[in-house]
Amino acid sequence: MSKAKVKKPVKIDVHHVTRVEGHGNIVVDIQDGKMQRCDLQIVEAPRFFEAMLRGQPYEQASHLSSRICGICAVTHATTSLRATENALGIVPSRQTALLRKLNLNGEMLDSHILHVYMLVAPDFLGVGSVIPLAKTSPEVVLRALRMKKLAGDICSLVGGRHTHPVSTVVGGFTSLPDAASIGDLHGRLLAMREDLDATINLFQGLSLPNFERDTEFLALSTDDEYCFMDGAIASSDGGTWPIDQYLTVTNEHMVDHSTAKHAQNFRQAYMVGALARFNINYEKLHDRARQAASALGLQSKCINPYWNSIAQIVEMVHCTEDAILITERLLDEGILPEDPVPVQKLSGEGVGACEAPRGTLYHHYLIENGVLRRANCVIPTAQNLANIEADMRELVPMSMEREPEEITLALEMLVRAYDPCISCSTHMVEVNFVK
Amino acid sequence: MNNKPRIAFFDFTGCEGCQLTVIDSLENHPELLEAVDIVQFREAMSEKDDDFSIAFIEGSCTRSSDEKRLEKIREQAALVIALGACAHLGGVNAVRNIQPLESVRRCVYGEKAEVYETSIAKPIGDVISIDGFIPGCPIDPEEFIRGVKRLLQGNRPLIPDYPVCIECKLRENACLFQRGKVCLGPITRAGCGALCPSLGVGCEGCRGLIPNPNITWLKEVMAEHGQSSERISAKMGLFMTNQILESEVIDVES
Repeated sequence: MSKAKVKKPVKIDVHHVTRVEGHGNIVVDIQDGKMQRCDLQIVEAPRFFEAMLRGQPYEQASHLSSRICGICAVTHATTSLRATENALGIVPSRQTALLRKLNLNGEMLDSHILHVYMLVAPDFLGVGSVIPLAKTSPEVVLRALRMKKLAGDICSLVGGRHTHPVSTVVGGFTSLPDAASIGDLHGRLLAMREDLDATINLFQGLSLPNFERDTEFLALSTDDEYCFMDGAIASSDGGTWPIDQYLTVTNEHMVDHSTAKHAQNFRQAYMVGALARFNINYEKLHDRARQAASALGLQSKCINPYWNSIAQIVEMVHCTEDAILITERLLDEGILPEDPVPVQKLSGEGVGACEAPRGTLYHHYLIENGVLRRANCVIPTAQNLANIEADMRELVPMSMEREPEEITLALEMLVRAYDPCISCSTHMVEVNFVK
Repeated sequence: MNNKPRIAFFDFTGCEGCQLTVIDSLENHPELLEAVDIVQFREAMSEKDDDFSIAFIEGSCTRSSDEKRLEKIREQAALVIALGACAHLGGVNAVRNIQPLESVRRCVYGEKAEVYETSIAKPIGDVISIDGFIPGCPIDPEEFIRGVKRLLQGNRPLIPDYPVCIECKLRENACLFQRGKVCLGPITRAGCGALCPSLGVGCEGCRGLIPNPNITWLKEVMAEHGQSSERISAKMGLFMTNQILESEVIDVES
């Protein structure tokens, strides 16, 4: 039976994994029951943003770098601004920090809703996309669209546009939301709790593949909150590093089969993203988010990468609660009509770090006379690639008894669980099986 | 089977923000899904069907392999529409066109630079003929919906050819040049409702040049506002590097 099957060479070649952001291939080659090759090939066209940032006026850098990614544009823009501000010694106001966190909450929600409902759910409900779901489960699709619209509206309200923020600039904002719009948003956020409860109910019933592999988790961390901006780099293997020492943690290097670089810290690979943040910063989640985790059966520390999607649902609850608190604070204190903090010096070097939906994002700039001379961007998916491959290489030998189609689906679901953002990381999924 | 028009979305080099904006626009206009069949949309669907009549293409052409893929899409589609600044103009991808290619590759990939196939970033209209475009970075969701409706009625998308300044004046904004900022509104195609200037940020030219733009004059005004020639080039080149380079060639010839 399975013996004969194992001997048969299996070649899996998923050219352009669908329902992920960007282009990647999965290639697996199994000969005589042995895995010869198991790669995640990143075939996205190289983007060369680090070269393009050279020569950019400092005030334009965030508007260029938000174009690295349409899904995490707000995080790229915010990280870029933090790098510039750290380089030029600018300390933005508390209101600016609050509005930026609100904007990041909006993008985190938007991205997680898109991923969990439109990209992951079809696998578990056995359909090719969210489109047939519209006929079989219209209430699920309508809920997803309603939640996604609110998330996008948060970004529009704070940054002036859903994708690629406009009014977020070095030192603050060129335009501020009015109290009435913040009040309206606050009401809609409170109403979203019901949709989040329904989301938890939907995913409570779904079973995830049983696959565990211990790895190192990295996330930004601060004492006082579940950190999405600034803070220090924290590892599940112990230790913290200031963000300007990110290079000692990320150790990016080139591999032959990918246009994205790979990263490693204490081990051969590490993981960033929702599950990493959950594992490291669990204590700082808002109460409702911790309750959601317990209802979904997610406990820290979780080492099953498929559970990254569940950690995203927990973060959806957290971001909603955080946005409720921020809007309440803005309403209590009133929106001050303040201008961006003026720029005093035009040269310097600085690092910015934020948690993008897929993990920690770093921008590092050298600015001379108001123009960028050097730039380095370390992207979450690039940091995850080595870890995804390490998972694949452990999963495939465990799955030799299974049909190639099942192995392919398990690998595709694994890659999707990481929610890879391939456009960003090519500075990613096709499954190619050869058994 | 039915007789609904079959629409496919394709992505080349870009951030995929325009495809996400399409998903956004469908949130507000679900009726569109009743009028058409979406047969390919890799970012949102696993299903794939090569029988389509309208192709929306996002992203720039940056590799010779892209050119072959574009030609195949052109053969199949009755109508090809460039979606967003990367496909329409080259967009931000073209920023690197003013640097030597070798230096760009080395800057990002070091010693392994030659492993990665790339060439200059081109708008898709430089490779295949196109039947229309939806401009912007990202596209405007309502302009996209209006464009699709016009296509379904047998017309091309109607895109303004007057400058952003017209829409800015209609919104009664104070001119940003009078507030000490610089703005590409005078040479940039309108249709965005002067979104950025209305929020206090100078127009960055994402919708491309109007016909007969006075680029020389705008450069002078920007210089008078304290901008160095390096800054002026970087600002004009954020989305329009290819168009500005072309206009300079025309200037020299005339």
